[in-house]
Amino acid sequence: MTEKSQDELIERMAAEAKRGKLSRRDFMHYSMAAGLTASAASGLWTSKAAMAAPKRGGTFRLGTHDGNTSDTHDPGTYLSFSIIQLAHTYRSYLTQITATNELGPDIADSWSATPDAAEWTFELAKGASFHSGKPFTADDAIASLNHHRGEKTTSAAAALLKDVVDIVKNNDHSITIKLASGNADLPWLMTDYHLAMCPANSDGTIDWQSGDGTGPYKIVNNEFGVGCSLVRHDGWHGEGAYFDAVEMTVLNDPNARQTALVTGEVDGITQLELKTLSLLQRNPNIVVDNVPSAAAITMPMLCDVKPFDSVDVRLALKLAIDREEIIKKITFDTAIPGNDYHVAPNMPYWADLPQRVYDPEKAKFHLKKAGAEGLSVELTTADSVYSGAVDMCVLYAEQAKAAGIDIKVNRAPNDGYYSDVWLKAPFCMVQWGARPTPDVMFSLAYKDDAAWNESRWQNERFNELLLQAKSELDQDKRAEMYREMQMLAKNEGGSIIPMFTNFVYARNKNVAHAPDLDASWQKDGARACSRWWFES
Amino acid sequence: MGGVLTIVLKRLGLGLFTLFIISVLIFGAVELLPGDIAEAVLGQGATKENVQAMREALGLDKAAPVRYFEWLAGAVTGNFGVSLISQSPVTEVIAPRFANTLFLASYAAVIAVPIAILLGVVVALFRDTLFDRVANVLTLTSISSPEFFLGYVLILYLGVKTGMFPSIATLNDNMTFLELLHRTFLPALTMVLVVVAHMMRMTRASIIALLASPYIEMARLKGTPGWKVIVKHALPNAWAPIINVVALNLAYLITGVVLVEVVFVYPGIGQLLVDAVTKRDFPVVQACCLIFAATFILLNLAADVGAILTNPRLRHPK
Repeated sequence: MTEKSQDELIERMAAEAKRGKLSRRDFMHYSMAAGLTASAASGLWTSKAAMAAPKRGGTFRLGTHDGNTSDTHDPGTYLSFSIIQLAHTYRSYLTQITATNELGPDIADSWSATPDAAEWTFELAKGASFHSGKPFTADDAIASLNHHRGEKTTSAAAALLKDVVDIVKNNDHSITIKLASGNADLPWLMTDYHLAMCPANSDGTIDWQSGDGTGPYKIVNNEFGVGCSLVRHDGWHGEGAYFDAVEMTVLNDPNARQTALVTGEVDGITQLELKTLSLLQRNPNIVVDNVPSAAAITMPMLCDVKPFDSVDVRLALKLAIDREEIIKKITFDTAIPGNDYHVAPNMPYWADLPQRVYDPEKAKFHLKKAGAEGLSVELTTADSVYSGAVDMCVLYAEQAKAAGIDIKVNRAPNDGYYSDVWLKAPFCMVQWGARPTPDVMFSLAYKDDAAWNESRWQNERFNELLLQAKSELDQDKRAEMYREMQMLAKNEGGSIIPMFTNFVYARNKNVAHAPDLDASWQKDGARACSRWWFES
Repeated sequence: MGGVLTIVLKRLGLGLFTLFIISVLIFGAVELLPGDIAEAVLGQGATKENVQAMREALGLDKAAPVRYFEWLAGAVTGNFGVSLISQSPVTEVIAPRFANTLFLASYAAVIAVPIAILLGVVVALFRDTLFDRVANVLTLTSISSPEFFLGYVLILYLGVKTGMFPSIATLNDNMTFLELLHRTFLPALTMVLVVVAHMMRMTRASIIALLASPYIEMARLKGTPGWKVIVKHALPNAWAPIINVVALNLAYLITGVVLVEVVFVYPGIGQLLVDAVTKRDFPVVQACCLIFAATFILLNLAADVGAILTNPRLRHPK
């Protein structure tokens, strides 16, 4: 490539990035493809592609999916995607996942732990207030967390806080959470969408009914399942909240949602229909955000059932799947390849191990080693697992033929799939929502005695490391442990992880955001209303 | 007229009994649905203790008949209970949504009923001509298409391509009446297209059936023009079946519009009912269904009374 055309290319990419059309990851990727070194590309990113200063003003109209009339203000029963968007707009959390997918402060300024990670102290923002004007104090934080604890709790987040033995107040702006055993991930857990801060009543319960919060926007008018209008909360402790007001409208029908965006009824929408994605992308007034997330498709093989008890058979099946083709044909390029360990690149402690690629010859080699030539297995799936799940399995079966493996695709009914097939069928397909850290994910579905250990994989070293890493506060040591665990899972584990599915949503081109997007939820970790702004 | 009043009172009494039977059926149906509100609200991650705690908090641990009679005791005194989820009175939850549904239904009815009857008269007058055929084919096509499809077609041509009407019918409090009519035009038009055919064809059929009667022949023989024969002589005798069909379609406009609500994002009662069923929110389901049932009962009653009033022979039975 000549010097001149390279410059032109960089300029063009910088312009795209400024408009929010190119993420940092893509920018780095293309710059390096154009012949730049990684450090040069990174420097360019900061100098050229840095965003223009956000402008304040305007009413941001957001169309959300999955809203129900039965949604409520009770943070313990937050369930729909629509309420998750709203929750991050009118309430706040102790910590948050930032646009660059790191852990950052929300209403807690800072936090620290005892060396065994069993006691965590959170310093709360001073001067933060509720929309009603009441100052936010330690009592509110404690009551808000206690809402999810105790025998009488009706919160869906009770399991998350089951290790918490006590929460004490140090002073008006400091609390300490005491755990039964060390957990270095506790500040990450505080980003869970249930753990919203609400005003405390005098008896230690919370007043969730009023819909009061400490978030960037205050509710003016709300009807669940219909919509909510909000205005900026002037006493907000955070940075951002560029829009003067926010109008959220529940648009459950995918067609209604996309039409509303196309006709300018709303400025942004969640969850696009993948089948019509290419049509929407042709519209010059609309920008599609295609954000890799930690939501995974897994194919667990029961490690205590023949023939999956052989590591070589499992490796052969992992090598016989062509991830690139599946992503292209089934997801319309809205997923990134998985590497057979359940940690996505946007998660902390992700290990950049070599990508496993489709290699039928190598798969044959492993089959021969296992003495399982002419392998024939049954793979169970259902339409509801993922849009295109059955097609995906059929495509995999075709790909595996080249490795001499015969995969019979068994299509199970949607109803009861997760109670009748998952954890029971020897080889099936599962969809997982994103989890914030490797510890949460591994403890839930890979630990030897976990109820949801979906492949029944037992690996002594893996489980030993899992327990050690959980309370390890030294970041380097911890990263090294997680790296080893990811290698173990990749090479010996019982799950094929073909891909991590993206969040795909859209906005009008005059809405701008920072170059990176938080991948914990749709719309910049459900914080678009406080992080985005109007360009004109 | 005393006769009509007795009929109305009798029918209202029967209607109340019907509502009671329906309330038992609905309660039974909701009980038969797998899972309960605690499981539906708490989702997959819930623990057993959580679910139990929520059931106790909502009083779901009591036996089903006890819960039903508790609800009934409240209902007869006009207290329909509180929504299990939002904990606000059912009437408060339903009233605004039902008002929206009534508005949309009236909007559609005001357009659809005159058009349907007028069209019916005209096609009866020009029966078996090209006009008759075209009108029939068009209305039958629209009634045979699923509502959501009609809605999408209207959105595409009137909303996206020409931009004449908004594609979604979201409401807010400070809209003028004209803005409201403009914003809800597409859903109203969709419903008009769905109901016109039925009413028009019934008008046409009942008029044509009468055209063979001797008294029509008499009218013709004395030289009355064709349109006058139909409007003055045939139509008065044809009202009864027409009114019945109109009443049925009006009831449909209120009870059968969930799909239209979804497609146009209109905050009506249909969506509320669907959400309440998914979450097993029994008091809301019960109240919505009773409203629907009462709509049918009242409109049927109105149709019968209307048929009597428009027909002197029924008004003065021998």
